[in-house]
Amino acid sequence: MIKLLNVCKSFEGRQVLKNISITFEAGKTNLIIGKSGSGKTVMMKSMVGLHEIDSGEIIFGEHSFSKMSFKERKEVRKEIGMVFQGGALFDSYNVEENVMFPLSVFTELTTKEKKDRVNFCLDRVNLVNVGHLFPSEISGGMKKRVSIARAIAMNPKYLFCDEPNSGLDPQTSIVIDNLIHEITQEFNITTIINTHDMNSVMEIGDKIVYIHKGERWWEGDSQSILTTNNEEVVDFVYASKYMKQMRKI
Amino acid sequence: MGFVYHIGRYFLLLRHTFHLPEKSKLFFKQVVHEMNAQGVNSLGIVAVMSLFMGAVITLQTAFNIDNPLIPQSTIGFATANSMILEFSPTIISLILAGKIGSNIASEIGTMRISEQIDALEIMGINPASYLILPKITAAMLINPFIVIISMGLGIFGGYAAGMFTGVVAQNDFIDGILLDFRPFNVVYALIKCIIFAFIITSISGYQGYYSNGGSLEVGQSSTRAVVFSSIVIVLFNLILTKLLLQ
Repeated sequence: MIKLLNVCKSFEGRQVLKNISITFEAGKTNLIIGKSGSGKTVMMKSMVGLHEIDSGEIIFGEHSFSKMSFKERKEVRKEIGMVFQGGALFDSYNVEENVMFPLSVFTELTTKEKKDRVNFCLDRVNLVNVGHLFPSEISGGMKKRVSIARAIAMNPKYLFCDEPNSGLDPQTSIVIDNLIHEITQEFNITTIINTHDMNSVMEIGDKIVYIHKGERWWEGDSQSILTTNNEEVVDFVYASKYMKQMRKI
Repeated sequence: MGFVYHIGRYFLLLRHTFHLPEKSKLFFKQVVHEMNAQGVNSLGIVAVMSLFMGAVITLQTAFNIDNPLIPQSTIGFATANSMILEFSPTIISLILAGKIGSNIASEIGTMRISEQIDALEIMGINPASYLILPKITAAMLINPFIVIISMGLGIFGGYAAGMFTGVVAQNDFIDGILLDFRPFNVVYALIKCIIFAFIITSISGYQGYYSNGGSLEVGQSSTRAVVFSSIVIVLFNLILTKLLLQ
């Protein structure tokens, strides 16, 4: 479980996160949605410690992450997996080495054990016989899947995904979404996903938080988001003319 | 104000860089890789530059010595000392600042803008130590060998040029090399090149590490890495010369 308590963050006097309090539960796929520039990415980067918050508290399980020392954070970070928007795979390593990287750094596993774990993770994301390929040689969807495989290599308790569907076609997006959802339930991970994609919202949103101008504007699930009367959320969900007509029907 | 800010941030980055590596085995593997990338891959350009510079120094010295009272061995003496004291440690370091410095800044800068450094940080790895420390260590270990090779090739280039053009007799050239040879000059050159290796890799690492934006900014970081490394090298060249030779 991850809790945010009255989190505020500003950049050069411009407040980006305003007093945000949310609880993300384990074993659930938690979605953060909102317009571009609403503060979703800043919120996610603050949660993993890439941005220091101005005030408030971020709690992982029972421990306050925001109050931890560098060393203590390091231990928590070993339990965090993150899927970046662009994959953030290491260019100089091939797929196998990318997935193996956290295992090589943090574990004392033998080469065979590491390879077994890598193969398990790659199998889990439906990638076979690509271990020898470099990131520049694989497609965007494959990069995302390798990124997921690397994120789960260390059996994380917490999985963060920053727009995992950006730049992917709708079918591949659904494959990625379902994969993240399955992994979340299978390993009882606390998963938090930043997304714009309404397909993801409807497909895997166990809990949905709508962020508007840096504030927690609305909270619900994939059913209640369709029936809410919150104007901002309605405008976001039914953005196209087609969807607006559908809502009237 | 900006200058003080960058100096402060540079030293803060160095503080993060000089941390014990997560895994020594992985660190040594990276150091060996960097020694190959920075050192072995630079041998070609270093060899060509050194051979020709040695040859040019010999020819220019011979051209300028038209007084019959000055012995021919002066040509060998001038070539050897120019190579050992200045060309090999300083000019080769400036060349390496261009080659290695831009490479390091663009490599780390690209990792920054493509979120690879963020990925390392989230995994619980100290990115500064993981990315920059092996490069600094490798450069400080391999650059003295490159400089020694450069010295040898430069003097050989001078010898060959003298022999083929006939501006100096072989024996006179060799006598000149041996004349008043001071082993401390080699030590001085090696001390300089080790410090220059640190300057090149740490400044370039700093420029790359704090890149932001896109490919344009990475290019600018790469340019800044070369410019600042070169300026700091010539500044430290003066300081070290004053400290070590006087």
